[in-house]
Amino acid sequence: MILVIAEQRDGKLNRATWETIVGAQQLAKVSGAPITVLVPGAKAAGVAAELAAAQTNEVVTVEHAALEPYTPDGFTATLQAVIAQLSPAYVFLPHTYQTRDFAPKLAARLDRAIVTDVTAVKAVAGETAFVRPMFQGKLTADIVPQGPAPHFITFQIGAYRIDQVVKGPAAAPLRALDVTVDASTIRQKPEAPFQQARQAVDLSQAERIVSVGRGIKEQSNIALAQQLAEALGAEIAASRPICDAGWLPMERQVGSSGQTVAPKLYLALGISGAIQHLVGMKGASTVVAINKDPDAPIFEIADFGIVGDLFEIVPAMIAALKA
Amino acid sequence: MKIAVCIKQVPNREWQPRLDDSKTWIREQDAAFEMNEPDAYALEEALRLKEKHGGEVVVCSAGPARVSQVIREALARGADRAIHVEDDGLASADAFTTADALAAAMKEDEFDLVLTGLQSDDQGFAQVGVVLAERLGRPHATIIMEVQIGDGGSQRPPSPGLRVKRELEGGWFQWVAMPLPAVLTIQSGINQLRYATLKGIMAAKKKEIRKVSPTSLPAGASAGKQKIVSLYVPEKAKKTQIIQGSPAEAAKELVRKLRDEARVIA
Repeated sequence: MILVIAEQRDGKLNRATWETIVGAQQLAKVSGAPITVLVPGAKAAGVAAELAAAQTNEVVTVEHAALEPYTPDGFTATLQAVIAQLSPAYVFLPHTYQTRDFAPKLAARLDRAIVTDVTAVKAVAGETAFVRPMFQGKLTADIVPQGPAPHFITFQIGAYRIDQVVKGPAAAPLRALDVTVDASTIRQKPEAPFQQARQAVDLSQAERIVSVGRGIKEQSNIALAQQLAEALGAEIAASRPICDAGWLPMERQVGSSGQTVAPKLYLALGISGAIQHLVGMKGASTVVAINKDPDAPIFEIADFGIVGDLFEIVPAMIAALKA
Repeated sequence: MKIAVCIKQVPNREWQPRLDDSKTWIREQDAAFEMNEPDAYALEEALRLKEKHGGEVVVCSAGPARVSQVIREALARGADRAIHVEDDGLASADAFTTADALAAAMKEDEFDLVLTGLQSDDQGFAQVGVVLAERLGRPHATIIMEVQIGDGGSQRPPSPGLRVKRELEGGWFQWVAMPLPAVLTIQSGINQLRYATLKGIMAAKKKEIRKVSPTSLPAGASAGKQKIVSLYVPEKAKKTQIIQGSPAEAAKELVRKLRDEARVIA
C-alpha cells in the first residue's frame, strides 16, 4: 500500500498534496498497489472530504494533541504509530519545508530509506526507481531505495501538475484512526507563524520580470539589469544569493523561500537555475535565459536562450529595445 | 558553549559535470571543490555565538582525504579544532551513512549545539542534520534564520535553551523554543560571511585535526539506503531556441522574437 501524507494547516490543504497523489497514482497504475491518503492534524475532516475526490482506496484522518501545533517530535511520534497500524510499502510526501523538518527524523527513527526531492517514478531493470536532481540540477539520478519497507519518498513541488489527478467515480471512503502517543515527549515549543513585513511588492501579478542571479557579479551591476527592466516594462527580481547579499531587498526574491511568479515574460540574467529558484518561476509562459554557461540548468526550461556575456548582451538589448 | 559545525566539501559552482565509467558517480579527479555554501553560513553563525557566549567551535566533516582543504579553511576563519571522519566511501555516501559516521565521531564530545547547513549543493538530500539529531537523541529545528541562546536571566528563551527563527515557505517565519543540547540546520543568508585573515590562516596550521576512521561503513560507494543506479545529464523539458551570433546580433534577434513570435513585449 502507498500511504500519502497530506499537508494541511488549520483546515487549509497545501495544494502540493495533490501532486503527491499524482505520484502515487502513477506508481499504483504499474504496481496495482492500493493508495491510502492520511490527513494529520486538527480540522482534518474538511480536507479529507476534499481529497476523497481523487481515485484512492481510502482517506484516513488522525487527530491528536501531539499534532497541534506542528512540531517535528509530535509528527514523528504520531506518524510512527500510524505507520505501525497501516504497514505501508511506501510513504509519499510533498517536499515542503514541513516535510523536510520531520520526514528524515521519522525515517531515521524507523531506520528506513528516504529519497527526497523526487520528480518522477520509473521502472529500471524491474525495480522501481525514483528520479531526482543532484549537483544543483546539473545532473539527474535514478535512485532505488534499499532495505525493508516502508520507503519514504518526498516529491518536489511542481513534479506533477494538479490537473493530472485522476478523480474517482465516487468519493473515497473516510475513516478516523486512533493512535496512542505520549505528547510529553515533545521538546519544541513553537510560537505562531508570522510574516516579516507586509509584502510591498507583489511580483505574482507582474506581466514581465527581469531576474538577476550570481552572474551579475557585483552590486553596482544591478543598475544595468534595472535599465533593461525599464526598457521592457518589467519588474526587477532576483534569486536567493542576490537577496542574501543585500543587493536587492528580500521581497524581490523568486523561489521556494520567496515569491512564486507566473509572468508572460521571465528573463533570467546570470541565473544558473537551481531547483529552489525554478519552483518559483516554472509558471512563466515565456522564459528567456542569458548565461555564459551552456550547461546551466536554466536552459532546460528556457524558450529562448543566449549563451554569452550578459554585460555585452544586456546593453545591446537595451539599445535594440530603444531603436 | 561547545558548538559543533558539520561542513561538507562539494564541487564548486564553475564545475562542469563529468561522469565516471560506472555512470553512477562523477569523475572526482576533474572536479574542483569548495565549502558547501549553507555550511559556511552555519560556521559563521557558530563563530558569532562563540563570540557572544564563549566556548569553542569544533568543525566536523565526513569525507575522503581531500576534505582537509575545507577543514583548514574553517579553522582559518576561526574554528578552534576539527574532527575528520576519513574514508573514500564517504564521498558519495547517502545521508544515513554520513549522519551515522558523524554521530559516532561526535559522541564523546557531548556538544551543546550542533549546526549544519540546511542541505548540500551536491546530493542535496536535506537530511543529514535531521537524521543526526535523531541519532544523537537531540531536539532539532530546520531552515533557521536567527538563533537566540538563553542566558539564565529571562524566561524566553528557556535556560539553558534556545529560541530560533524558522523560515517557512512564501515569506512566513516562526519562532520555536527548545532545550539544549540541540541540532539546527542553518539557512543561507542568516548572516554575512567573514573571510579568513592571514593571521587566521597561520593560526590554523597549529590547530588540532582529529582523524577518525568510520567503524561501520557499508562496503562500496552508495551501498547505504539509497542506490544510484544511473546518473545522467537531464533531458530538456522545453525545446530551447538558442540564439547565435555576436552579442549585438543575438540581442537584436532576441528582441525581435519576443516582439513578433512570443508577443510578450510591445
